[in-house]
Order: sequence, then structure tokens, then C-alpha cells
Amino acid sequence: MTNTKKEQLDAKGLVKYFKDEFKTKILKAEIRTRTAGSKKNEFVEIWMKIDKSIFKKMMKHLCDYQFPHLAVVSGNDLGKNIELIYHFSVNFGERFKEISLNIAVDVPKTKCEIETICDLIPGALITEREKQEMLGVKIIGIPDDRRLFLPKDFPEDVYPWRKDKQPGLEKLIRNLHEGVKK
Amino acid sequence: MTKKEETTKTTYQLPIGPIHPALKEPVMFEFEIDGERIVDADVILGDIHRAIEWAGMRRNPIQIIYLAERICGICSISHPIAFIRAVENACDIGSPERAEYLRVIQAELERICSHMLWAGVAAHEIGFDSVLFLTWQMREKALDLTEYLTGNRITKGVMTIGGIRRDITKDQIPKINETLNYFKDNFEKLRHVFLDDKTFQLRSQGVGILTKEDALKLCAVGPTTRASGIKKDVRVDQPYFAYGDLDIDYITPDILTGEVNGDVYDRIIVRLLEVKQSIGLIEQCIDKMPEGDLVSEPKIPKLLAQIKKTKAEGIGRHEAPRGECVHYVKFNGDSEHPYTWKVRASTYANILPWIPMLKGEQIADIPIVAASTDPCMSCTNRVAIVDNDNHKKYELDKEQLHQLSVEKTRRLMR
Repeated sequence: MTNTKKEQLDAKGLVKYFKDEFKTKILKAEIRTRTAGSKKNEFVEIWMKIDKSIFKKMMKHLCDYQFPHLAVVSGNDLGKNIELIYHFSVNFGERFKEISLNIAVDVPKTKCEIETICDLIPGALITEREKQEMLGVKIIGIPDDRRLFLPKDFPEDVYPWRKDKQPGLEKLIRNLHEGVKK
Repeated sequence: MTKKEETTKTTYQLPIGPIHPALKEPVMFEFEIDGERIVDADVILGDIHRAIEWAGMRRNPIQIIYLAERICGICSISHPIAFIRAVENACDIGSPERAEYLRVIQAELERICSHMLWAGVAAHEIGFDSVLFLTWQMREKALDLTEYLTGNRITKGVMTIGGIRRDITKDQIPKINETLNYFKDNFEKLRHVFLDDKTFQLRSQGVGILTKEDALKLCAVGPTTRASGIKKDVRVDQPYFAYGDLDIDYITPDILTGEVNGDVYDRIIVRLLEVKQSIGLIEQCIDKMPEGDLVSEPKIPKLLAQIKKTKAEGIGRHEAPRGECVHYVKFNGDSEHPYTWKVRASTYANILPWIPMLKGEQIADIPIVAASTDPCMSCTNRVAIVDNDNHKKYELDKEQLHQLSVEKTRRLMR
């Protein structure tokens, strides 16, 4: 579980590390470099988009390189798909070396489910539970599938962060002061 | 409790919350108790979910800065910083060098206020109210300085996209130095009270341990993870603003004691040393701060027009007093409202680490262990203890639970 002493890779090396393994299944890989301060110190972000079929293997491959820090999973409703973005950071513990790694994956609304990563990174539980209730992405194999933030009497099939029209959602928002009633 | 003929050993359920006993935020704990020992713990959130992200997706980025400022009263600089960094990253907006230094000064001043507030609360939790007043008296100096520099004590409203809204002029510097010197003069007193006191040590050493492995696995952030020996600090790992120009290093407890235990005592050490570090950082900023503009684009409608045309996404990370705070924004290129805004506050990542910390501790330790991660706060009320055997419910209010904690301290002092 502790960071294995694998050779530390820079941003290009990290992208290559994944591309060598998954080839064309990495749909997009972008390295963004920005600077800050008077000395124009650089910091690097990697934005990747991957195919859903390799999702779990990708996470495993990442953990093989180094145990990453998962900040949060964010989600976008893109119409037909829900895009989940896993925001990691790797190479922390040394000045200027940390890389933000953002891995996006599209989940179709018709089969809105994805594997859990709690078995690899137990700290993902809170954010996975949140995605489940807010975006309606079913997390397969989640150790604890209770709701996180929404109240117990909130309707089952309404997902607050989805952009499409959902029956009853407007009414829920307008009548917030009355509390949620069935 | 009804007595049975044959005694069987059972555990009890102890719900605490949704109004928290020790801290000021509505959060619900459910403990499984065996006598005095905590066997298992569960955290239930959602009692204060205000749908801020939902509201933000219907506002423009300038309006969101002030909404983000109100996510938390104590992190009222941290959330705007994380948000503006996300917008600046997404829309490729730069900020002038002077603004980057001024932002660091404001962020570090907030860290001093936050850590001092925490130190006072921690002392209160274990029954040292005189120490609470001592630390908060010192914190008042930092708040006075905040008010002097920004016009407000808590919601400062100084951050903006592409810069900062308030300058620090030459004639303000003596007052800053006076406050910083006051902190330096009194730091030794504070250190002595918190770290050398026998009772403080008895209540905090070996209590609420978070191992290095657990901290890494559960993705803990901030002083909570650094006290467990993980070197993780966005200011050092991936320097933003002027942090890369300054002399800064990770604060872990072994700097002072030579060892890492990951207990409450270590979390006190980390926060106290960070107060000292923040004082140093503000001094460095004042020395090195270049002259120049405060904002890269003073015309807000022009800025909003640029954002409206952008189709991009970005993340903003900031090391808030409690740990890394991350915001994600996505703009769709057809509206100035963000398509998605996701806020990950520091406490969000420090929820799961509570469970290994609390397991095996006593009921009287709950307030100090729960407080030791410095969760975001709100108002306090009462605790209900449910006897699982005969479904009887009796309640311990906040005062009684606090009393338990105070009594434990007094017992140890004897």
C-alpha cells in the first residue's frame, strides 16, 4: 500500500506509461503546463479521456505505478452520457514534482453503471456514494450504497445534478421551505 | 437496564448528532460501544447540505466567488482561491505578480486565524477553558489585522478572477509587522502550554491514532495527513501563486519530536508549527513583493465575455488550513454560468479517517478526537444514547458530554 519505489515519471513519461499499456483505448491525453509566481515555476496537469472498457484496469495500472491521492470524482451530464472525472495527484512528497492527473470516462445513460474503485482506493467511498445519488451512476460493488447527502425521503429516481428534465425536480426546488414530502 | 438471568455481552449503539457534541457543524455519528470503548463508528452526512453547487451553476463566476466565500466562515479565502484558480486554469487568465504575493499573504493570515481558533477549541474540549481564552485572545490580533487589511474580519471579499481587490500599501506594513512580532513573542508561551503540559500530553498522546498507511489509503488531507507522516501539501508539492518563490517545506511532527505517531498530540504539533511557518511566509512576501497591478483585467464585463466564449474545464487546488481544497469547473462556451461546478472541501476528505481514529477510544475522547481533524463547524446540541437491548433511549446533552471529557482530564490531573 505504501508508495513502492518505482522510478518517478514526469508528465510525458506518465502518459507513455498508460499509452504503452492501453494503446488506442486512451481516447485523449493532454498535458497542460502553467506557471506561477515571479520565478515562473511550472506546474503540470494531465487530462485524459479513456474508454469505459479499460476503466478498472487503468485504475489498477495507476495503483501499480504509485498509490495515488484521489481528491474527488466530479461528473458532467453530457446529454446521452455522464462523464465522470477522477481527479488524482501523484508524485507528491517532493517539491515541484507533483502532477495532477485527471482521468475522465464516459458512462452511457442507458447503462449507467461503473465499477467501484474502493477495493483499490478505500478513500473513494464518500465521493462514489455522492455520485450515485447526485448523478444516478450505479457503482457496481460499492461496499456501502446508502445515500450520503440527500435526505431519506428524497424521491428515488430524481438526480439533482442531471441536466435533463426530471419530473418533480422543479417542484422540489421551489417548495424547499416546505421540506421534502412524499 | 433490565437484568437477564444469564449475562450476555452486547454492544450499544451511540448516535451523536446530527447536531454535533463537540464541534459546531451538524454531522451525525453512530457509534457501537462496548462499555466505554468504541468498537465501530459510522458518519452520516447531509444535514447541512445547502446545494451550493446547484446554485452556483445558475450564477456567473464573479457571483460565485462570493457564494464560494460563504461555503465556510473560516475558509472564506480558501474556497474563493480554489474557485478562481479553477476558472483561471480553464480560461487561461493570468494574474499580476504583485497579486500573487498579496494572495499568499491573505491565505496565510487566514491559516493563522484558523489554526489559533482550532487550538482554542481543542483546549476547550478537554476542559482547559483558560487556554481557550488565551489562544482566542491571541487570535483576536490576527482578526484585527485581517480587518485592517481587508475591511472585514471573516468574509473578506478580496479575491477576484485575475487578481486581488485590495492592495497592501507601505503605510500598512508597520501594523502587519507589529502583529507578526506579537505572535513571535508569544509563540513560546503557546508551545509551552500545549506541548509541555503533562495533562495535555496525557489526553492527546496515543489518542486518535491515524497510521500512515490509513492516511494514504483513505486519502486524508492537510494537517491530519501530515501528522501521520505523509508529506503532502499543495503549497510545496505543486507551488501556485508565489509559493514557489518562497522558502517553504513540509511540516511533519518529526521536525520537533523526531518521531511520527499520528495521534492528536502530533496534530497539535503540526498546526502550531504551521502558525510559525505562516508568520515566516507573510514576512517573506512583504520582503519580496514586487510593485505592479492588482488585476490583469479590471473590466468585469470584458472578463465575463471572455469566460462566456471559453469551452474548457479546469481544476483549482489550494492548501486550505484544514487541507487541500479542490474545485472543478467546466464552461460550455455558450453561457457565462459554469456548466458544472464541483466543490471538494477539505473536511470531505477527512471524514473517512475519523473511523480508524475513533475505534478503540473511550466515549470521553470523542470530542477531542473528532475535533482533532478540525472539521468545519456550526452549532452544538445533544447526544442520544440508545440501549440496544430494550430500545430505551436516554440522552446526553452537549454539556454532559463535555462534562465527561472535563472529568477525564481532572482524573488524569490528580
